Amino acid sequence: MHEHDVLVIGGGGAGLRAAIAAHEEGADVAIVTKLHPVRSHTGAAEGGINAAIREGDDWELHAYDTMKGSDYLGDAPAIETLAQDSPEETVQLEHWGMPFSREDDGRVSQRPFGGLSFPRTTYAGAETGHHLLHVMYEQVVKRGIQVYDEWYVSNLAVTDHDDPDERECHGVVAYDIKTGAVEGFKARNGVILATGGTGQVYDHTTNAVANTGDGAAMAYRAGVPLEDMEFVQFHPTTLPSTGVLISEGVRGEGGILYNSEGERFMFEYGYANNAGELASRDVVSRAELTEVNSGRGVEDEYVYLDMRHLGEERITDRLENILHLARDFEGVDGLEEPMPVKPGQHYEMGGIETDENGETLIDGLYAAGECACVSVHGSNRLGGNALPELIVFGARAGRHAAGADLGEAEITKGKTAEIEEEDGLDTPVEPGAVPSGDDEAVADGGDDVAADGGAAVVEPDETVRRAVERERTRIEELMEKDEGVKHSDLRADLQQSMTENVNVFRNEEGLKQALEDIREVREAYQDVYVNDPSRTFNTDLIHTIETRNLIDLAEAITLGALARDEFRGAHWRQEHQERKDDEWLKHTMLSWNDGTPELWYKPVILDGEDKTYEPKERSY
Amino acid sequence: MSTQVPEEKEQTETEQEVNAETEAEITESASYGDQRRADRDAQRQQSVSGAPADIEGESFQLKVFRYDPEVEGKMEPRFDDFAIPKEKGMTVLDALIYARDRYDTTLTFRHSCRQAVCGSDALFINGRQRLGCQTQISDLEAPVRVEPLPHQDVVKDLVVDMEHFYDQMHAVEPFFQPEEDPDGDLEEYRQTRENREKIKMSTRCIWCGACMSSCNVAAGDNQYLGPAAINKAYRFAMDEREGENMKEHRLNVMDQEHGVWRCQTQFSCTNVCPKDIPLTEHIQELKREAVKQNLKFW
Repeated sequence: MHEHDVLVIGGGGAGLRAAIAAHEEGADVAIVTKLHPVRSHTGAAEGGINAAIREGDDWELHAYDTMKGSDYLGDAPAIETLAQDSPEETVQLEHWGMPFSREDDGRVSQRPFGGLSFPRTTYAGAETGHHLLHVMYEQVVKRGIQVYDEWYVSNLAVTDHDDPDERECHGVVAYDIKTGAVEGFKARNGVILATGGTGQVYDHTTNAVANTGDGAAMAYRAGVPLEDMEFVQFHPTTLPSTGVLISEGVRGEGGILYNSEGERFMFEYGYANNAGELASRDVVSRAELTEVNSGRGVEDEYVYLDMRHLGEERITDRLENILHLARDFEGVDGLEEPMPVKPGQHYEMGGIETDENGETLIDGLYAAGECACVSVHGSNRLGGNALPELIVFGARAGRHAAGADLGEAEITKGKTAEIEEEDGLDTPVEPGAVPSGDDEAVADGGDDVAADGGAAVVEPDETVRRAVERERTRIEELMEKDEGVKHSDLRADLQQSMTENVNVFRNEEGLKQALEDIREVREAYQDVYVNDPSRTFNTDLIHTIETRNLIDLAEAITLGALARDEFRGAHWRQEHQERKDDEWLKHTMLSWNDGTPELWYKPVILDGEDKTYEPKERSY
Repeated sequence: MSTQVPEEKEQTETEQEVNAETEAEITESASYGDQRRADRDAQRQQSVSGAPADIEGESFQLKVFRYDPEVEGKMEPRFDDFAIPKEKGMTVLDALIYARDRYDTTLTFRHSCRQAVCGSDALFINGRQRLGCQTQISDLEAPVRVEPLPHQDVVKDLVVDMEHFYDQMHAVEPFFQPEEDPDGDLEEYRQTRENREKIKMSTRCIWCGACMSSCNVAAGDNQYLGPAAINKAYRFAMDEREGENMKEHRLNVMDQEHGVWRCQTQFSCTNVCPKDIPLTEHIQELKREAVKQNLKFW
């Protein structure tokens, strides 16, 4: 058994920042990641980091923009924490050597971005995430922080208390991809989940193949509620053939969207009369698809993003990476012709319920970054707010886990007096249900009840040992089967249904269809088998375990979307074309409840430090 | 050697044991979801463009290196052939994923971002180091031959051991070491646009290892820092924010037997770099700087 004070699961932006923060507090910290840190998908982030660091800007404006962008579903304490901490964290990155783009006076550059009242997006070319990731990995190397790379964390070691609120996390179980060993990792102080996004639930996504939401799924099955999962951001400018991201920076610098008629539709058709192309992402994505559905799309699929008028010098200076991406992945020269773009899954606003210190309902378990939901982004994230989220909340989780006093959190976790239970959601199938069978244990790797019916395990070492045993059994059973269903087929079916039914535009019929499809995939997963018998670098096994995580997350997204009969932020419902503040200023919460998922709601917090954010009509 | 095609599949005897079940899978896959899969295939066929290079139904041969140290039948390295239907815009990575998901789920390779930024899928493709995700099939001659990066231990199939590469990267103090923090709250270091431009290309390295694998010197000298690590040192040595004393220190680290002086300017690293970093040029510049620094004391 490996032992550390703090374990960070995931080696992307939030994970690295958390590890550095915990280390600075004097903790013995280790990072466990299924990739190598520099392979993390933070490296693909392009646009920039919102931080109020200039004359004429202040954190309150940043907070206001973020709250408006969230369509009033972000929690004020979280949003204000982000806006207050971001300047210091961003300058910290510069002090660690990050090669930000520069102004003539030698200071870091900022550019306009969607939904911002001030050009506060600090950037490093169109490859900000790459530099952020590498700079933070450099700091990890400098500090000698231990990294277990290519170790796949497949489950958490959590005590067996009946009430999730009483459970404690004492570590994780990880599978050494290189050797096939399943080992326990004990965390004396805390485990921080920083496992990133869930894009692989969809087939047209900007996300990496590794973005399978492992942390969110593991925390969910261990008893932590998932929050606001139905709010999935579709980025308006991705390349049609691959889903590769074309940064909002293109529009920030002055790029223009045209339909097949050559019309600048954001203005021509009144989607955003003031901000035009720089409206927030949900607005622009819906506008593009409306154009396509109205017969004004190119090849009935996409629209054009044109940056030629910016001139070669400016493009090369600030957006050079976009030229490479358009050339390599779409065969288009962005200097000579407009680039084809369409919406693609990009970011999951929801995730593991946490407070502003990164703590979850389970004692000793933290989450930060895209896998977490504080909630900063509410129903729609602004461009340039994901990278500050990683560093701000990564740092806070790392410090808190290492024992620092960050003060009392204002955001509550779990069920309090103010919660509402969902009653009578009309679903076509029981969520979470799987037919019982001999191999139920295999499918239910995340089940938190002692399979042998023994006494509840609460002692730390024993908790980790027990978790390791269960995981070894699960993996052996998957490996032993020599026939059945391939995970790749299941994953493809899941992705196809989610892309068809739970996309930018949603309606009741499609959402119900998705739930039935998810159930079908869940049932078929009972017969999933791992064809590769090898213990060496068995990606067949890893992908099989990941697929189980995708099934649970797809269901969480769809359940929340079906229940929420209003139109807010990224969640558009055909039958419900208005935001219903009387009824829906609340977060969707979903508890695993030992396999019978339960939906409930907790109110959004609009009271900030010294002002209350009044919901207004949101127009750009 | 075996050729794997959708309709039929021959097997060598050694392989039979490992892949006994794949045959059934390909000819009559499990009953689950057949109809949906057939629909998807039909859709895919429809989306195939009519461009000359991508004639509908035409397939090409993908030859992939196979090896697994612990599976009987794969312990002897060999090549497997897969017939892959051509699609417009198909990359080598797409072809590998197709081969893995359709024919042989034991086929193993690293990949993640699909957009040339994570550096996971540097491979030896038709005799040259390239990223699988960044290489269009239409730019290659068939058969497309894919092997693990040369000069590195093979873990399994196309996966190589990257430890030595990481060790060399870590050996050059690859982190920012400024002399003092700027004065004042929230003050950043000043850096001229020119200086940022100077280090810009060097900061684009994605640690894929293509350059190291292509370097003859690195192949024969395990202690040679290699192009990627030296480029990392360049990135800091040329960054004006670190100051002159640190630059001197960094040049001393480079100015050693297994540092910059081992480079024989063959340009192979520069030729294969997927991010177009002028690696050889950077190494030469460090040589010049090191000489100039030594001359200072004469």
